[in-house]
Amino acid sequence: MFIDKDKIKHTAKLARISLDENKIESLSKDLSDIFNFIEKLSKINTDKVSPLTSILDHSLRTREDKVTDGGIREKILENSPSKNEEFFIVPKVIE
Amino acid sequence: MSDITNKSLTEIIDLIKKKEIKSEEVTNDYINNIKKGKKLNSFITESFDNALTKSKKFDTKPNYESILPGVPLAVKDLFCTNGVRTTAGSKMLENFVPNYESTITANLWSEGAFLLGKLNCDEYAMGSSNETSFFGNVINPVEENTVPGGSSGGSASALAADLTPATIGTDTGGSIRQPASFTGTVGLKPTYGLCSRWGIVAFASSLDQAGPMTKTVSDCALMLEAMSGFDPKDSTSINRKKENYSKKLTQNIKGLKIGIPKEYRVDGMPNEIEELWERGKKILKEEGADIIDISLPHTEYALPTYYIVAPAEASSNLARYDGVKYGFRSSKGSNLIDMYENTRSEGFGDEVKRRILIGTYVLSSGYYDAYYIKAQKVRRLIKSDFDNAFTKVDAILTPSTPSAAFKIGEKKDDPISMYLNDIFTVPANLAGIPAMSVPVGHDKNNLPLGLQLIGKPLGEQTLLNLALSMENKSNFKKNIAKWWEK
Repeated sequence: MFIDKDKIKHTAKLARISLDENKIESLSKDLSDIFNFIEKLSKINTDKVSPLTSILDHSLRTREDKVTDGGIREKILENSPSKNEEFFIVPKVIE
Repeated sequence: MSDITNKSLTEIIDLIKKKEIKSEEVTNDYINNIKKGKKLNSFITESFDNALTKSKKFDTKPNYESILPGVPLAVKDLFCTNGVRTTAGSKMLENFVPNYESTITANLWSEGAFLLGKLNCDEYAMGSSNETSFFGNVINPVEENTVPGGSSGGSASALAADLTPATIGTDTGGSIRQPASFTGTVGLKPTYGLCSRWGIVAFASSLDQAGPMTKTVSDCALMLEAMSGFDPKDSTSINRKKENYSKKLTQNIKGLKIGIPKEYRVDGMPNEIEELWERGKKILKEEGADIIDISLPHTEYALPTYYIVAPAEASSNLARYDGVKYGFRSSKGSNLIDMYENTRSEGFGDEVKRRILIGTYVLSSGYYDAYYIKAQKVRRLIKSDFDNAFTKVDAILTPSTPSAAFKIGEKKDDPISMYLNDIFTVPANLAGIPAMSVPVGHDKNNLPLGLQLIGKPLGEQTLLNLALSMENKSNFKKNIAKWWEK
C-alpha cells in the first residue's frame, strides 16, 4: 500500500509530532515499503480466529481499592520541565 | 590478582566467597577497563563513586549468602535507577533522573550486587544495531566498525569487552538474543511475566521482557535466579515460587526431544549458519537428545505481525512523552498543541518517529480492523504453532540470526533489511515463550555466531541445561583482541 504525503501528515497530526517538510517524502517511501511488507498478512484466512490480546493464561489481577503509596506530590513534580509547588505548568490553554 | 575481568561471573563470585579477592579490587579492575574502553561507547552514564562506596561497604561487612555478593554490574539504560539518570538512549530522557528503582535492578541489589553504570542502547529499544541511540553508535568489540546488534547493544559490547562481569537487557523482538549472538555471549529472554516490567521504560508492553546477558550458561542461570520473581506492581507478573536454576543446572539432556523447524531455513542465509545449525543438532544428538523435524507453518508471518503489534503498542506507550510531566520540553511554540508537537518532534529520533507513525496509522479509524486486529489474529496462529509443536518436543533449535554482525551504516537506511535481522527471534516474543542464544562458532571472518533454543512456557531450566551441553561440546572460544586499548 502506498502511504502518500497527506496520509503521513494526517497521521503525524494524530501522533502530535510536527514533521519537517523535507522529511515527509522519505517517510512516505519508508512507510510504503513497510506496509507492502506487512501486506503479506492479508494472504491468510483468519475468519475463524479470535484476536490474541494477552499471552497470559490468567486474567489481570485486581486488588483492593485502597491507597498504597499516596502523598508523593513532590516526587511526582520533581522531574517536570515546568512546575510550581503544586502544579505542572503548561502553555496557556484558555484565552 | 591479574586479569580478574576476563573470568566468568561464577568464578568471580567464587573468589570473593573464598576471600581471595575483595569486592573493591574487582570493582576497580572493571572501572579501569571502562576507562580504557571509551571507544566502544557502551556506557551512557558511569556510577563509579557509587560502585566504590558499595564495594567498600561490602568488604567491611560481607554477606556471602546472597546470590551476587559484592558484584559490580552495569545495566541497560532502560531500567530506572533511583537517583541515577535513565535515558532509554533518547534525547527525550537525556536529563531524566528517576526517584524510584525498577523491580529487576532492586532484586539484583538485594542479592548483593551494585550499580557500575548505565549502558547504551537503541532509542527506546527500537533498533537492531545500536545505531538509533541519541548517545551515538556502540561498537562491537569483536571488530572495529562493526555493530554489536541491538537494542541491548551497549550491554552486549560491555560484556564481551570485559567492562562488566554480567549484565541485563530487555527483549521485545530479539534485543537480548541478537546482540548476544553478534558478540559471542549468552542471552536469555524469559517467559513473558517471569521478570517484572515495573520500572522499565516501556516499548511494547505485551512483548517486552527483561533477561540476563552473560559470558557463560552458568552465569545466566545465576542472574536469572537473582532477577526473576513475582511482583505485585506488574499486573502481568506470574505468581509462582522462585526457581533455583543454578542448583538444578545439569548437562544430562538424555531423552529430551528437540524440534528442528523447516521454516527457519530462509533464502540467502549463509552456508556457515546452515553448518552451525547442523553442528548444534549433532552435539545435542551425541548428548542423548532426540532430533525431530517439526513445522511452524506461520513463521513467515511473524515479522509482519510484529511490525504491527509492536509499533501500535509503542505509539500508545510513548504518548506519555508530552513535555509536561517529565523529560524534554521544546521551547518553541506558543500554545499547548504546538508545545506537544515540537517537543515530540525534537525529542524523538527518526526510527522512533517512524514507529510511532506506523503504530498510530494501524490504530487509526478505518485501519484498526484491517491491520491491528488482523495482526492479533495471526499472533494467535503463531502461538498455536508453538503449542502444537510442544506436544511433540521439549525445545526447538534454530539459528539466532540470519547473518553475523554487519558493518556500521550497512543497513541504516533500509528499514526492511534492518527489520529482517529479527526474523528468528520475533516469534518467541509473539508467543510469550522463553528463548536463548548460545555462542557456538565463528564465520570465516572470525565473527561469532549463535544458535537459539526456544522453550515451553516457563521452560527456562530445560533451555539452560541444553545450552550448557552446547557450551561444553561446541568449544566456543572468545577471540577478542582488545584493539580499543591501544
